[in-house]
Amino acid sequence: MKYPTQKLAYPYFIAALLLFVVQVLAGVLAGSVYAMPNFLAESLPFHIIRMIHTNALLVWLLLGYFGASYFLIPEESERDIHSPKIAWLQLFIFVFAALAAVVSYLAGVHEGREFLEQPLWIKILLVVAFLLFLYNVSMTVLKGRKTVVTSILLLGMWGAALMFLFAFYNPSNLALDKMYWWYVVHIWVEGVWELIMASMLAFLLIKMTGVDREVIEKWLYVVVGLALFSGLLGTGHHYYWIGTPGYWQWIGSIFSVLEVLPFFAMVLWSFHMVYRSGRNHPNKAAMLWSLGCPVMAFFGAGVWGLLHSFSTVNFYSHGTQITAAHGHMAFYGAYVMLNLAFFTYALPQLRGVQPYNQILNMWSFWVMTAAMAFMTFTLTFAGVLQTHLQRVVGMGFMEIQQQLDLFYWMRLLAGIVFFAGALLYLYAALGPTKKQVSSPLEMQPAIK
Amino acid sequence: MSERLTKSAARNIFYGGTAFFLLLFIALSIHTHLYIVNTSTDQTTLTESVARGKHVWERHSCINCHSLLGEGAYFAPELGNVWVRYGGRDHPEGARMGLKAWMRAQPTGVPGRRQMPQFNLTEQELDDLIDFFEWTSRIDTQGWPPNTAG
Repeated sequence: MKYPTQKLAYPYFIAALLLFVVQVLAGVLAGSVYAMPNFLAESLPFHIIRMIHTNALLVWLLLGYFGASYFLIPEESERDIHSPKIAWLQLFIFVFAALAAVVSYLAGVHEGREFLEQPLWIKILLVVAFLLFLYNVSMTVLKGRKTVVTSILLLGMWGAALMFLFAFYNPSNLALDKMYWWYVVHIWVEGVWELIMASMLAFLLIKMTGVDREVIEKWLYVVVGLALFSGLLGTGHHYYWIGTPGYWQWIGSIFSVLEVLPFFAMVLWSFHMVYRSGRNHPNKAAMLWSLGCPVMAFFGAGVWGLLHSFSTVNFYSHGTQITAAHGHMAFYGAYVMLNLAFFTYALPQLRGVQPYNQILNMWSFWVMTAAMAFMTFTLTFAGVLQTHLQRVVGMGFMEIQQQLDLFYWMRLLAGIVFFAGALLYLYAALGPTKKQVSSPLEMQPAIK
Repeated sequence: MSERLTKSAARNIFYGGTAFFLLLFIALSIHTHLYIVNTSTDQTTLTESVARGKHVWERHSCINCHSLLGEGAYFAPELGNVWVRYGGRDHPEGARMGLKAWMRAQPTGVPGRRQMPQFNLTEQELDDLIDFFEWTSRIDTQGWPPNTAG
């Protein structure tokens, strides 16, 4: 860490991790309601818990991206962040808006489009914070060295802010509402967020493998190219049954297959770069997360997405637990692991120590990843059964759900294990630092 | 990766390709917008009460338990076709009464069964919401869902 303003990332990461705990806790509560339907039914109904679960996820992921930007942009641009004050103001506004949203939901005050439930004034605060961020990092990048990593990162961030503006358009025609709602939801997670993801991964690979920047940045273009070429028209797989034209069934099916490619390319890219470097980076935990992220993203977003995105399959599986299975592993693999990788890489530098608590950190990797995989399997089985009974046999929804009890219990178990893994990560990342190995080598400025 | 692909070629492919697919997406979006307005939905019956009903739906965040045209939380039944499921096509008055009675009776308090909260909707809000369901059930959804179970 060469630039003092990189320290701005630290409070962002702490805020992100605390909201991560809120998110997972809400997830465990929601999973409990699935298994024990009367639990909290009167005091904290399911729809409130779920809003907190999904909103906290989105907000902490964004906080992670903001922090990562403040960390990596000075090193890439070779200059300090334009205004640390603006960065602090942005953090304050963003976290305040997030907490206000949680309080507001608990009080039953919210809007009603999925994931965009924030009351209008909170949406405006989020936009203000986003604009402060964009101004701050754009000024830094414009004045400094231009790299592909920062230009792709900024493209992703500007794109995300731009698409969020569709959250303010809510026509009374439900089909139109849904069409533009996907502009925010799909083009975020299957479009511009992949740009953010790929550029953060590129930075980690450059730093940890030491492979020539030229090579890594060429790959970066290929990955984000595949992401947008497939992802934009891939929006079509959401336009099958909501009042949109039939040709989307063809476009959506074809481009959904292609949407696997950017994730597959990310797997090849990261493993190839690590293999090619032959270097032994001391932060082994960060390396594990950086390699685990594209792999799990490939399965969660890629394979599990493809599983139900052919229109002929989706006709039966649309809106069942299969979607829930895909959503969980996709978000975990692509974006949660990405942030946890970046935190693991940056925190030792931010705290001014050598990589620490690595064994604990790696344990949390395996605990969370195994729990999420198990959860995804249980929900997939539940979804397949539900699809058959509901869409083929034609049984009633509530009757079927009771038959899925066993799966929901196993999902709850996976959720509790995941929560334990998340706490383990939190302790490893933010708790007291303990060097795993002490050797005279550590007295030297750097290993290789 | 092939050495023949240079970094500047990769950059040009990225920006050029993205511009191409973005323009294509925008063109298809415009067509889709017009298709929704003119063909798949019935703008003439999109009355004030349907619009108010949509707001009732949103104000109580129904989407975070139910699904609507397959999108939502999957915790509670699909409601895009609830009007049809309640027999609204043949007996609109009966369906309306049935839906109102159901919502008024919540929560059932039955042990081991998912509970819907009591939202204390007024008669007007109930009517608006049901008008919204009725309008939604007439959207041309390419034949989805496969059956009335939703």
